[in-house]
Amino acid sequence: MLDNAPPRHARNWVWFHRFGSPEHCYRLSERWGPRAGVCAGALFMVGLYLGLVAAPPDYQMGNSYRIIFIHVPTAWMSLFAYVSMAISAAIGLIWKIKMGHCIARSCAPLGAAFTLCALITGSLWGKPTWGTYWIWDARLTSELILLFLYFGFMALDNAIENRRTAAQASAILAVVGLINIPIIHYSVEWWNTLHQGSTVLKLEGPTIDTRMLIPLLVMFFAINLYFISGLCSRIQCELLDSERSTSWVRRIAGG
Amino acid sequence: MTPKRKRRLMITLFIVTGVSAATGLTLMSLNENINLFYSPSQIAAGESPHNATFRVGGMVVTGSVTRNARNLDVRFDLTDTVEQVSVHYSGILPDLFREGQGIVALGKMEGTVFRAEQVLAKHDETYMAPEIRDAINTANAGKPSAGEEDPY
Repeated sequence: MLDNAPPRHARNWVWFHRFGSPEHCYRLSERWGPRAGVCAGALFMVGLYLGLVAAPPDYQMGNSYRIIFIHVPTAWMSLFAYVSMAISAAIGLIWKIKMGHCIARSCAPLGAAFTLCALITGSLWGKPTWGTYWIWDARLTSELILLFLYFGFMALDNAIENRRTAAQASAILAVVGLINIPIIHYSVEWWNTLHQGSTVLKLEGPTIDTRMLIPLLVMFFAINLYFISGLCSRIQCELLDSERSTSWVRRIAGG
Repeated sequence: MTPKRKRRLMITLFIVTGVSAATGLTLMSLNENINLFYSPSQIAAGESPHNATFRVGGMVVTGSVTRNARNLDVRFDLTDTVEQVSVHYSGILPDLFREGQGIVALGKMEGTVFRAEQVLAKHDETYMAPEIRDAINTANAGKPSAGEEDPY
């Protein structure tokens, strides 16, 4: 046994501490990103077929309800991406781990895209169903604030010259913005809104036909895997840029 | 955890709790303004604004919709199962407007009548295939008092 080997209790956590290493994370992203992307593509095909072709029309809305197969998963993912972003930003802030901020930075544009997608699909559905593209009710307004939080995070992070100060400032914004997440989720219960309440995540069980619920869940997993795959490629780009002076990046870049 | 990290964790938690409490209090005090519409019961209790535009929300009472044959005028009653308010509207109604459907109308009280400028349909959180809806209707048709208890 080597003299400088770490004690047993420390060695058990080596796999965990390696997540703090940029090179290790780069390798992980390189390996798992494309695989998640392929799975996402396959699930997209299945989900879109089940949702657009196999699922029956709605008894009231006919075929226009089918936009939920994009709207609901992207809306869920817009919240999920924000929570991931805020947690990694907080880890970066408290433990001063570089990877934390790198992951938070990579989550932001993806989360903003999901939010925008949920807002646009929702408004396209709102016109024929409600009779208006937009209304300032609690759900729509809080989701719009989520979009601005993403924009604010990205703007703040890019506006400050010093990398460490930028990381600290944007991490605080991300963590403070976390309060908006339960507000978005419970807005339809706490206040009366034009937006309907939860269909799938409610105590009495989902009030949706199983043939519609299955494609909805398939699309959710597809978009989740797409998020993982997009996150992996963004992490790779971030690391190649921020670690460009290290030897392992030079080796990859062949310089 | 080193004291420095512990302090940073404490500061972060302090900021999050502080901001959450501030937001919670603000939202609680703004409760009236965040609610999108008043219910017929609130109008009956005099809680809705006088001489000002506001929204009322409720279910269209079955059998209350009367259309004018020559123009787009339509009259119907809204209920929250306790109180009712009658609504007058002139214009095109959304596709989902029907008796028993939840709707939100924007307008003013004129005496006891709510004169609406805009009517929006509120979709509920139930998604069903048409044949299941038909099956429920057929099953309900057998019962004598099914009409009032329709859960959809």
